[in-house]
Amino acid sequence: MIHERSIAELIAARATGEFSAAELTAHYLDRIARFDDGLNSLITRTDEAARDRAAALDDGVGAALSGIPVLQKDIFCTRGVRTSCASRMLDNFIAPYDAGVVERLDEAGMVMLGKTNMDEFAMGSSSENSFYGPVRNPWNAAHVPGGSSGGSAAAVAAGLAPAATGTDTGGSIRQPAALCGVTGIKPTYGRVSRYGMIAFASSLDQGGCFARSAEDCAHVLGAMAGFDERDSTSVEREVPDYAGQLDGDVSGLTIGLPTQYFADGLEAESRDVLDAAIATYEKLGARVVEIDMPHTDLAVSTYYVIAPAEASSNLARFDGVRYGHRCADPVDLEDLYTRSRAEGFGAEVQRRIMIGAYVLSAGYYDAYYLKAQKTRRLIADDFHKAFAEVDLIAAPVTQAPAFAIGEKADDPVAMYLNDVYTLPASLAGVPGMSVPAGFSNGLPVGLQLIAPWFAEGRLLNAAHAYQQVTDWHTRRPPGFE
Amino acid sequence: MNWETVIGLEVHIQLATQSKIFSSAPTAYGAAPNTQANAVDIALPGVLPVINAEIVRMATRFGLAIDAEIAPRSVFARKHYFYPDLPKGYQISQYDLPTVAGGHLDIVTEAGGARRIGITRAHLEEDAGKSLHEAFDRETGIDLNRAGTPLIECVSEPEITSAAEAAAYARKLHSLVRYLGICDGNMAEGSFRVDANVSVRPAGTREFGTRTETKNVNSFRFLERAIEYEIERQIDVLESGGTIVQETRLFDPDSGETRAMRSKEEAHDYRYFPDPDLLPVEIDAAFIESIRADMPELPDAKAARFVAEYALGEADAAALTGDRAWADYFEATVAAAGGKKATQGKPAANWITTSLAGELNRSGTTIDEAPISADQLGGLLARIADDTISGKIAKQVFDALVAGEGETADAVIEARGLKQITDTDAIEALVDEAIANNPDQVQQYLDGKTKIVGFLVGQVMKASQGKANPKDVNQRLVAKLDAMA
Repeated sequence: MIHERSIAELIAARATGEFSAAELTAHYLDRIARFDDGLNSLITRTDEAARDRAAALDDGVGAALSGIPVLQKDIFCTRGVRTSCASRMLDNFIAPYDAGVVERLDEAGMVMLGKTNMDEFAMGSSSENSFYGPVRNPWNAAHVPGGSSGGSAAAVAAGLAPAATGTDTGGSIRQPAALCGVTGIKPTYGRVSRYGMIAFASSLDQGGCFARSAEDCAHVLGAMAGFDERDSTSVEREVPDYAGQLDGDVSGLTIGLPTQYFADGLEAESRDVLDAAIATYEKLGARVVEIDMPHTDLAVSTYYVIAPAEASSNLARFDGVRYGHRCADPVDLEDLYTRSRAEGFGAEVQRRIMIGAYVLSAGYYDAYYLKAQKTRRLIADDFHKAFAEVDLIAAPVTQAPAFAIGEKADDPVAMYLNDVYTLPASLAGVPGMSVPAGFSNGLPVGLQLIAPWFAEGRLLNAAHAYQQVTDWHTRRPPGFE
Repeated sequence: MNWETVIGLEVHIQLATQSKIFSSAPTAYGAAPNTQANAVDIALPGVLPVINAEIVRMATRFGLAIDAEIAPRSVFARKHYFYPDLPKGYQISQYDLPTVAGGHLDIVTEAGGARRIGITRAHLEEDAGKSLHEAFDRETGIDLNRAGTPLIECVSEPEITSAAEAAAYARKLHSLVRYLGICDGNMAEGSFRVDANVSVRPAGTREFGTRTETKNVNSFRFLERAIEYEIERQIDVLESGGTIVQETRLFDPDSGETRAMRSKEEAHDYRYFPDPDLLPVEIDAAFIESIRADMPELPDAKAARFVAEYALGEADAAALTGDRAWADYFEATVAAAGGKKATQGKPAANWITTSLAGELNRSGTTIDEAPISADQLGGLLARIADDTISGKIAKQVFDALVAGEGETADAVIEARGLKQITDTDAIEALVDEAIANNPDQVQQYLDGKTKIVGFLVGQVMKASQGKANPKDVNQRLVAKLDAMA
């Protein structure tokens, strides 16, 4: 079956003429039509544009990923296509321009099939906070796929596309990748352009991708990454040939296990899965050592000051004046603002705007925002020190596999604590991955790998080595074969 | 009670860049609404600011010109408030780490007092758009052309003590930014906007009184009037037992009064924090030196040079260097006139500050559009210097050149036959004629009333239609008359 093949195999099959881009696109569009009603992983389908583009690609000389379908998280602006960020606020917003990531994947020849569902404005860990309804986990429709990039993770897990983009602010790629049993990478902050990626927390947001394997991720990330002069925080640094450099050799590599990540709270079955994965690395010739990352416990409180602060500011532009939702018949300016925003934003977004405005307000700034910047530095220092000793860090992604839809919806703090293992890497800006490593109660468990700044190549290669000797990443949810 | 006044000025200086501070949209004034605002300026979802490198150069030039510290690291912050002409819901400005801090400006008031006014800081920021309330029925139009236009906000120390000083400070700053080429200085278009913080306190006390901020002052004359009004108003309030409310006031040029706009008590909490979309601006010594090497001569230095080089008086030097265009015109005129600078400077200054200034004033044009070029005026001065024409004839030539009659002074002199008569025989004949025709006056001279020679010179000049050299005529008359005695 086409959807069982790797991106490298799809490229090869295209080259040999086994099937055309049009056939490839048609195959995935059929799967979306068959399966997405149950998953709700897409907000907007772009079938017609995809068919047209695939047909056009069949006529010309192909770029590296010519004709390979991809789904875009609905946080990336796509010219002429609704870009909603899963918010009522932007339900009527047709982006007049393409995000940097969209441009690059377009240039690489990828064919966009649609826009994926997510937590509104990327705020959440369950993809339940969407104006378009919750996304369901293909492994168990009663459970969440994780978030915020839950639509992308679920779609790739269900074989609706070979790859999908995501964004990760505090774990929004790694956590849904883990909960859906797919491979996902969040690169170093600055590696992928944020231009056209609707901002949640500017100093943390980073684009990345989901695919069925590390090798597939290497192909897509290679096309996405690189300097963009329209984003002052993007880094002018050469992008290695990630896919070409995969050799599957981890012998001699030192992998650190932070004691703080394997402490109380980690579910026993998940712990067993991770222990087995780490044992696999030892068998492959890696050296495993315990390391100390003493400021890990500051990550949740640090993150939930910085991210809402930046969000409260970034979302100020959604005021009902120039685009987006405007309340009916405003009586005056104040009414226009308050009602448009109250109607346009969901509860979680409003909660974070209020937290953010509070921590930035006069008299509280030093105690919250400034202090959070200091603790953020301590957390980053933990990584600096760790990477002086080890080449990679291995850790859990989540404390337990996917929880049930609605289970944590009324308990925001429990939801926030769910991010405990993914937040530190986001705060430090280092690249991280989630690699399928097994199951707990029939639901996928991910292994998190974290590398030093800009060592995505090492990260992808370590994941690739593991996937050469295991088959967790090839498992399909029942019913989606 | 005796009162003393404390004034601090905040001046918004619009930087004369081609494109906006954080976007590539053009900054030109007067375009149709919303035609010069791109995706970044209207704050579409997902767009990001990228700093225009030119503004860092301009801020550094400004900082050097006011002898300030150029911060090695300055930071853009977000200042939050909701208003329809502020598209992002925040203004990108500098807060605790501005690019320029701690400079000063030396001023001379019209009464002649010289003072040094401290400048606290000068920070970079973006302008907002405009709300248009008049043209729409019960609605407000938003024009975002101006959104993202680069500004320097220059904040003085509260050490200006009178309206006259405030006006002198504002004028000096205006002259400076135009010299530096960083601002077009057009006050009517809002390129140079002055807000005045005014308070009064009993003379000799140290504590500041409550201040008001007067906005919307778009000329130096209005600035002076607005401050004078505000000082009187505050003293009246205090002397009649009232208290000053800290508030923003608007100056109404028609009534000459200020009125309350909004009270500062309703002021927002701006929730400043460093903009995470922008990196800190880092300026090293080599960059500062490269800007310094490229600095134009500034007004004070130029005035001093004019005094030394062109033998001008202080007043002429100050008048000619207030505006760089005038100073350039002056130097070009002297160069075109030829001869020694120390000799030609004074007559050139006279012609420019009287005849030319009068002409520009009459026609309402600027020096850049002067109807007579520096080359033309210099050519005219050369003909005066070499006695080809007299000063009186020169004014005729000047007027002819202004009227566009002839390309050069020489052409006008030639065409109108205005050349001084240098033919000795012809002048001798006219002198003899004057002596012959005016026996009474000649007798008076011979009787000792030698001043009467002026009358005879006048007769000769008249007969020559002004083309004789009056000095020469005088000499010849005196020689002949003395010989008759």
